[in-house]
Amino acid sequence: MIDFLLSHPEKIVSPLLNHIYMTAVTLVISVLLASLLTVLAAVIPVLGNILTAFFSVVYSIPSLALFALQIPLTGLGRTTAVTVLCAYNQYLLLGNFLAGLNEVDPGVREAAKGIGMTVMQELFLVQVPLAKKALFAGIRLAVVSTIGIGTIAAAINAGGLGVLLFDGLRTMNTVKILWGSLLSAILAVSANGILKWAEKGVSG
Amino acid sequence: MLQDCLNYIQGNGSDIALRIADHMKISLIALFAAILIGVAGGYAASVSRRGEKWIMNLFQILRVIPSLAILVLLIPVMGVGMKPAVTALSILAIPPILTNTCVGFMEVPPFMLESAKGIGMTEWELLLHVRFPLALPLILAGIRSALVEVIASATLAAKIGAGGLGEIIFTGLGLNRTDLLLIGSILVGMLSLGSLGIFSLIRRILMPYKYRRAV
Repeated sequence: MIDFLLSHPEKIVSPLLNHIYMTAVTLVISVLLASLLTVLAAVIPVLGNILTAFFSVVYSIPSLALFALQIPLTGLGRTTAVTVLCAYNQYLLLGNFLAGLNEVDPGVREAAKGIGMTVMQELFLVQVPLAKKALFAGIRLAVVSTIGIGTIAAAINAGGLGVLLFDGLRTMNTVKILWGSLLSAILAVSANGILKWAEKGVSG
Repeated sequence: MLQDCLNYIQGNGSDIALRIADHMKISLIALFAAILIGVAGGYAASVSRRGEKWIMNLFQILRVIPSLAILVLLIPVMGVGMKPAVTALSILAIPPILTNTCVGFMEVPPFMLESAKGIGMTEWELLLHVRFPLALPLILAGIRSALVEVIASATLAAKIGAGGLGEIIFTGLGLNRTDLLLIGSILVGMLSLGSLGIFSLIRRILMPYKYRRAV
């Protein structure tokens, strides 16, 4: 295994970097989108229910299937992968965001209204700070699931660590299989650890 | 496009049916194995406080490892085919069931246990008539997420030679045939949504009190 790393470092490093890049892009887009949808849902509660129901249906469609379904629309490659990964993340993020915001003590929200805050002020000055922990938990879940599903994206030419796995399978190359699975597992576990640590730092 | 799909379905009906049957077989065997291990392990973890932290941590880590990695990692150990696929899928399905079972059993309110003891229930009755029914909603929620995960990952099992609907999708990817992609993915999606529907029916039967209208 070490031999392989030393003789072909680019074959391991570039999928790893690709994977991290794909995860990062997905994360930024999906957090932005989820925040937007959450704000909308906070203003129009019915919309929240509709969106949650819709994304829970999307989430239960297997990833390989969703990747495949997306191909006629956006073709092979990273765009398709990121689109699908963002759709999956919406379920995790939106669910956690909304649950977190709704769990804020109703008394506090009432008080916020009482001192004359608008809906937006109440949301950003009261609910968001109090629900920080749940918001972070949602992001952590989304990152871990993106890293996991991202390996499958190699099947549609999006690169990433899945390349090592699928190549290893095709050529029965145990070393590649081991590197692919080890790295994706380590990446997921360490991303989880780092975000947990950041969570502690933010929520004090 | 639609015509292509219909033609393929007409020409390969028995083949498609076989793939669906394979897919369901792999998923169901894996799910049942995971339910047995997960519920037993979760109960054991909830009983021993020291074991609880240990087992929960172990399975949290297992949950984080990508499904494709687990599937592929088993090949050097077990070879290809249905056996490693079912094993990998059970490993994937155990964590949500186990953690939910453990939390479900631990969250039974102590006063209920006390009053059950007060009316003279034995340990066994306590488990069967009080703890288990109260933990059931969470256990079922765990099984539900395991179900979704298993059916989704069973698609990937085609890659390690276990058959199933993934085979149609991977063939479609390899040959760049959109009709195969559509047929495969729509069938998997329907299978997943359909089994969720059946599952919520089962839940309704198991917990009728949850759905009774308040008077």
